[in-house]
Amino acid sequence: MQHQNKTNDAGYGEYTLVWLGLLGLTGLTVALAGIDLGRWVIATALVIAGIKSMFVLNIFMHLKSEDRLFRIFTAVAVVTLAIFFILTFFDYAFA
Amino acid sequence: MTKSALAAEIAEPDYLHAPTKFKGLFGWIFSTDHKRIAILYLATMMLFFLVAVILGVLMRVELFSSGRTIVDPQTYNQMFTLHGVIMIFLFIIPGMPAVFGNFMLPLMIGAKDVFFPRLNLFSWWLFLAGALTVVVSLFLPGGPSDTGWTFYVPYSIRTTTNVIPALAGAFILGFSSILTGLNFITTIHRMRAPGMSWFKMPLFIWAIYSTAWVQILATPVIGITLLLVTIERLFGIGIFDPAMGGDPVLYQHLFWMYSHPAVYIMILPALGVVSEIIPVFARRTIFGYKFIAYSSIAIASVGSLVWAHHMFTVGMSNTGMFVFSLLTFLVAIPSAIKVFNWIATLYKGSILIDVPLLFVLSMIVQFCIGGFTGLMLGALAVNIHVTDTYFVVAHFHYVMFGGAGFALFAAMHYWFPKMFGRMIRRKPAMIGWLLMTVGFNMFYFTMFILGYLGMPRRYYDSLPEFLPLHRIASVGSWILAAGIFLVVANLFISIRRGAKAPMNPWGGKTLEWTVPSPPPVENFHEIPSVITGPYDYSEYEKPEAGE
Amino acid sequence: MSKAAAVSHTHRDDEGSRIGMWLFLFTELILFGGMFIVYAVYRFKHFDEFRIAGAELDVFIGTLNTLILLTSSWTVVMSIAAIRRGKKILSMSLLSATIVLAFFFLVNKYFEWSHKIAHGIYPKSPELMKKPAGEILYFGLYYMMTGLHALHVIIGMIILGFMLVFIARNVINQDSFVKLEAGGLYWHLVDIIWIFLFPLFYLIH
Repeated sequence: MQHQNKTNDAGYGEYTLVWLGLLGLTGLTVALAGIDLGRWVIATALVIAGIKSMFVLNIFMHLKSEDRLFRIFTAVAVVTLAIFFILTFFDYAFA
Repeated sequence: MTKSALAAEIAEPDYLHAPTKFKGLFGWIFSTDHKRIAILYLATMMLFFLVAVILGVLMRVELFSSGRTIVDPQTYNQMFTLHGVIMIFLFIIPGMPAVFGNFMLPLMIGAKDVFFPRLNLFSWWLFLAGALTVVVSLFLPGGPSDTGWTFYVPYSIRTTTNVIPALAGAFILGFSSILTGLNFITTIHRMRAPGMSWFKMPLFIWAIYSTAWVQILATPVIGITLLLVTIERLFGIGIFDPAMGGDPVLYQHLFWMYSHPAVYIMILPALGVVSEIIPVFARRTIFGYKFIAYSSIAIASVGSLVWAHHMFTVGMSNTGMFVFSLLTFLVAIPSAIKVFNWIATLYKGSILIDVPLLFVLSMIVQFCIGGFTGLMLGALAVNIHVTDTYFVVAHFHYVMFGGAGFALFAAMHYWFPKMFGRMIRRKPAMIGWLLMTVGFNMFYFTMFILGYLGMPRRYYDSLPEFLPLHRIASVGSWILAAGIFLVVANLFISIRRGAKAPMNPWGGKTLEWTVPSPPPVENFHEIPSVITGPYDYSEYEKPEAGE
Repeated sequence: MSKAAAVSHTHRDDEGSRIGMWLFLFTELILFGGMFIVYAVYRFKHFDEFRIAGAELDVFIGTLNTLILLTSSWTVVMSIAAIRRGKKILSMSLLSATIVLAFFFLVNKYFEWSHKIAHGIYPKSPELMKKPAGEILYFGLYYMMTGLHALHVIIGMIILGFMLVFIARNVINQDSFVKLEAGGLYWHLVDIIWIFLFPLFYLIH
């Protein structure tokens, strides 16, 4: 059974690089918040947050190296949540 | 399975008599054996079910004559709330998955237990804790909640009754349901016997699998919603309080985002049971196996997208109403696929009439009536006419009790020999079935008429012109209750007095019928290898093999 | 009983355990997802009031807490990498660092909340009730969502504390560390939730 775990290890170096990248992205999003981007404010902030969570999911949580099943499951959960958002806004956006 | 392996198994003590670490009751409530946990759920659930049945009968007594009959309006409000909370959260949601899912899932896929046995026991403990929290609300000053099981704001943040214990109870029960679902999905993915590919799984397992996904992905929404109402009552953060800008309609969105899919937590395993019982009693390979399997997934996914059809009269946007009405109609397709396949399986079968099949046949008819009236309710124009009338009450009782409830009784009679090693005494069971079917339809079909004529739900009194119909419904409810008590009493008596059950009394082809009744602690002496599909009745279908 | 337990031990399936943990994480995701839906609806309905209220939060303290939590996520994953290489002491130190960072996060949160409360902004306060509905809702959501997140941080600290004991007692070791992986997954999820909470409350105005 041990081989199942061997794949799930990126090594100290990669983890540290990702951590530095996450800190950098935090700096970027704070810096961008200082600029008036008008109606793009929410979109940029959420895109950067999305990129950050992709890093955490794929590297720290090993989604990238896990079996394909894990990625399918995650997609199902995220899509479900997205649909909850969209359908709720079928009410509010057209009110 | 070979004869020698069988002989070895018979020598082992069954799970009911095997020695346990603790003695007596503790041997049950601290047991991680999935079969014992299933029995624990069955016992607790039946207790609550009978309490809620009595509450229902009392409500029908109240409505038997005009004005105050036995209770005042406030007590009546608390009674229907308690009836709803118990029936939904303590009986029909945990019912199928926690009892029959727990008992049968490992047996049907050829496993020795579920993937997380200790978590499984923890789920039951949470279930008990949640149930007791709800019960506590009865005895605190202020009395039980009078909000209805839907806890609609803003009333639920203003009423002085004990809403918080009821909310907390439902929250804990939700957590229990989530853990059960998580356990089942992991079990189905990791513990199927060698050779049991996805399309060789029994259809009940497909149903349990789809249900488990709904449990995982929808239940957290009710968790956060009930938590928000609790926080609102305690601190007044304003999120659902219109006085502070909160939006009560948003509460309804979140509430139904779970509570509509919850309907599929109740009905999907019921449909799975029907798909199990029909091929066995028709002695025919199930018709359209893949269609039934996929339709479970389809019902679970489309069913999660239709919640706002409970809210057509709250002032949603027209676009919203249109979208949700359309999606509601779509759910009918996979549901109908199942019904057509069942009927096609029965067609030209060598049908064996016995109690499980009788319950299933009642279930199919009642489920169809419930489904068709569901379509009527999904149509915007009709919906606005009958919202909050008895029509809605009759519709969901037809689906929940006529469908899921009857299937639960079918499952009880079908798997009883396996669970307790005894046969159910047939005659009382048949009389009970007859009383239940007649009483049920007399009761709820009358409610359709009452609702269409304009009788609103949740009223403790009615106008004189409704009284004759109310009386018919009340008498129906008593016949139904008599049938239920007869069936349940018969189950209890059969545990001790029933004839010894053979390994496979009905001639089933799924794996649970290859182990002794009741099964030994470890289910399978050696894990079986699966070669054929679950309902291989080809020996009955070949004309030359006719016996 | 003991027989059944023995069977489950011989059948070790780490990947299955991780599937179970991921499924649990999805429920956490949807739990917070419900709150994010509430946030989205009210932000949509009270767009300008949310911007005004958002400007009142302290970006510095929010950024600091983001950096703390991201670092704690890094230490926990490093701790798993260390135990995988059999470095027990290093793994325990990194895990302890995670718990300490989580504690710092909560200390910051405490000061942030007390600062707001001192300024008379808390649920039902007279100061808050004078404000328009959108701002009341913003602060209601702020307390609810960051509070629920802080509760998860506390639960995470307790879980990781148990993991620390397990490593010390060699229950978690080089050959068997799926428990630590599960604890780590939980901690990363708490981090991801904050990655979204941070811009939505502190940055968008």
